Amino acid sequence: MKTKTHHNTNLSRRKFIISSAAATGGLAVGMKLPFAKSAHAQATGAAASGAEINHWIVIKPDDSVVIRIARAEMGQGTHTGLAQLVAEELECDWSKVTVEPITAGQNLARKRVWGDMSTGGSRGIRTSQDYVRQSGAAARGMLMQAAANEWKVPVGELTVSNGVITHAASNHSTSYGKVAAAASKLPAPDLKSVKLKDPRQWKIAGKPMKRVDTVPKLDGSQMYAIDVKLPGMLNAAIKQCPVFGGKLASYDEAKIAGMPGVRKVVKVDDSTVAVVADTWWRAKTALDALPIKWDEGDGAKASTATIAAHLKEGLTANDAFADIDNGDVLKAYAGAAKKVEAVYSTPFLAHATMEPMTATVRLTADRAEVWVPTQNAEASLATLSTASGLPLDKCEAYPQMLGGGFGRRGGTQDYVRQATLIAKQLPAGTPVKLIWSREEDMTHDFYRPISQALMQAGLDASGNLESLRIRVSGQSINAHLSPTAIKDGKDLRQLQGLWKEPGDAQIGYTVPNLRTEYAMRNTHVPVGPWRGVNTNQNGVYLECFMEECARAAGKDSLEFRRALMKNHPKHLAVLNAAADKGNWGKPLPPGVHRGIAQFMGYGSYSAATAEVSMVDGKVKVHRMVLALNCGHAVNPDQIAAQVEGSVAYGLSATFYGELNVEKGRIVENNFHNYRILQLADMPKVETVIVPTYDFWGGVGEPTICVVAPAVLNAIYAATGKPVRNLPLKNLKLV
Amino acid sequence: MATLNINGRNHDVQVEAQTPLLWVLREQVGLTGTKYGCGVAQCGACSVHINGEARRSCITPVGSVKPADRIVTIEGLSPTSSHPIQKAWLEHDVPQCGYCQSGQIMAASALLAKNGNPSDKDIDAAMTNICRCGTYQRIRAAIHTAVRTKA
Repeated sequence: MKTKTHHNTNLSRRKFIISSAAATGGLAVGMKLPFAKSAHAQATGAAASGAEINHWIVIKPDDSVVIRIARAEMGQGTHTGLAQLVAEELECDWSKVTVEPITAGQNLARKRVWGDMSTGGSRGIRTSQDYVRQSGAAARGMLMQAAANEWKVPVGELTVSNGVITHAASNHSTSYGKVAAAASKLPAPDLKSVKLKDPRQWKIAGKPMKRVDTVPKLDGSQMYAIDVKLPGMLNAAIKQCPVFGGKLASYDEAKIAGMPGVRKVVKVDDSTVAVVADTWWRAKTALDALPIKWDEGDGAKASTATIAAHLKEGLTANDAFADIDNGDVLKAYAGAAKKVEAVYSTPFLAHATMEPMTATVRLTADRAEVWVPTQNAEASLATLSTASGLPLDKCEAYPQMLGGGFGRRGGTQDYVRQATLIAKQLPAGTPVKLIWSREEDMTHDFYRPISQALMQAGLDASGNLESLRIRVSGQSINAHLSPTAIKDGKDLRQLQGLWKEPGDAQIGYTVPNLRTEYAMRNTHVPVGPWRGVNTNQNGVYLECFMEECARAAGKDSLEFRRALMKNHPKHLAVLNAAADKGNWGKPLPPGVHRGIAQFMGYGSYSAATAEVSMVDGKVKVHRMVLALNCGHAVNPDQIAAQVEGSVAYGLSATFYGELNVEKGRIVENNFHNYRILQLADMPKVETVIVPTYDFWGGVGEPTICVVAPAVLNAIYAATGKPVRNLPLKNLKLV
Repeated sequence: MATLNINGRNHDVQVEAQTPLLWVLREQVGLTGTKYGCGVAQCGACSVHINGEARRSCITPVGSVKPADRIVTIEGLSPTSSHPIQKAWLEHDVPQCGYCQSGQIMAASALLAKNGNPSDKDIDAAMTNICRCGTYQRIRAAIHTAVRTKA
């Protein structure tokens, strides 16, 4: 075991060197590279020392296997998981596997042979698992055929294990590295004809393999976009109008003319100014000293209070649409033996990736390049092309390891656009690295949308839930980012997790009279996907209100839910798994209380229990058990890591997460007033993975949505009062 | 002009005295393992050791660092990632995105240097660095593992 860890260490180091080379365009960034190939040569394979069996797999004479990856790595473990899936079907030696990200330009040049590079919606593995596994299996077939050809024996008589091909009858044996060159010249089979393994027989996939990218993250050698350094590079600091929709009126360049290192003040666009200097610190220092006047516009009239009033109006307005409308909700509610009604709210939230927005751009007359932390390198490429005015085939986007993504760095490549516009105003060929300050990052995000929900339930005389009406009023992500995704004015996305349709984010309860409604109430604040997107808010609304209903009915929280879940066996199984492992119904230490919740998103089923105590009016979360059915579990240890991370992300939001609007701008601007959970507040997290192998669900996002409701329901158990507004820091809980 | 002792080597840097050590390390010295996260000593991504103490380099003006002060960055913590904290981090696969981990490792190694067997409460108090990926559970476990490895 010890030997193996050591072995992996060395290989991971090699992997780091490879991906650094790919990521930096072959320019040595303060280190010696083993080869001077450009990013193109790296990405197109045909590397001097390796043979490209197919576009995903390069095998070198020393039997090392390079697996190309199109999806982004931002910590979620997708590079490791995808490599496991390829290696599983390839039957290679896992200890000899390295991964190499491809670039957007290369994907384009090869007619998108690597498929979609977008990495969001917890799709990194689930929407590419089929073709990457097929490619692994196809490559295995070609390698075996090459050996069979060499030995002039039928391929069916060969066996393979760990990259070693054997023909027992003739006592022949060879390795992948020796036949790779011949295999690469064989015709590729039709991928659809390739037979894949039964996941229950997996040996590499499905196992808790170590991540492929850990080692360089332990000694500072992992390169992030913020670390990129190119010859002659300048650095840019940026300020955008603090009020969304406002404009740049004027700035007084003369005031900073003599400051150290300053090269240029750049009007980036109508609402943005940048200072370019030799170092970023000097650029930022000069920018802070630059007098800027803003034309703030109408947005400046908005505040937290005006936005709340706008949303509140939507709770009872007539312009809502319904997704589910079963039975007659209004009639059933009017005639209910017992009525339960509540209004919930959740605030705007920032992604606050640890690495702020950044991009490095180099432009010449016929070439545009960007080094970028991106969840969608093709979106980066497209943005670079549009902003530079150069056609796509003259552009290249080198994706870097992301210092966090969480949805911030997907389709909205604002920082790439800005870096390109700055580079355009510099001498041709001058690379410029744009880094946003934390303050800029937090006040110019695409925020988790704000919403409120009116919840109405009718119980019969026995406490059965006869009617449930959910009216969500709030801002629409699609209206801001992709208006064409809204069909007939109905934005289903804001009801994520409450959907009628099965398979992705379906509501888990059957209620005789059920209506789910959404009233779109937009604001001037930019919004976007935030890890878990709308499942987080809707999970709080539904699952905390179910708790209110259960208590109104005088029933056990778990039993009340179970009674409504007979038609949703997968939701129910996960709820049961969380309840079992979470010791539901068993005694707790004095002062400790339990809560439970379940919800669905990203094709996966999640449930949680939380154990909470109240100390001096403050909430302490001791233990959380999270159950997840993501269909197939490619790497159980990395799934656990994602679940643990989702608890931290969810609890930050639950305890502290809130952005206020004052005079049209975001108030909270750094971690002192936008607090993030620290280690001391992290509960013990236990992950229960219950895969059913009949679908492929997501992992990175699905479990966040049950974190807050499980904790809030435990607080309800402790205090006897429901919590309906987040974050907890604003509430008196004594 | 300042002379800095970083990872056992002296570096002369031409820079304004109020420049934070963080940016001198990153932009003048070329040691980019130390990260910018907030600039106001809230997140700890910029943590380095100065004379053995964990310090937040984003608010440490380079002018306040004396030539005799021993600065250690993540690149200088151990020659081959052999510090017990680094080994434990590998064993527990702690990093996700990894961006904050240089700071986490520097904070944890400083804790261990002072307190050979920290309790959970000691870890709570010392480890105030933010990790947005939420690797806290593994950080705690890895610190306990590092204690055992060290012993």
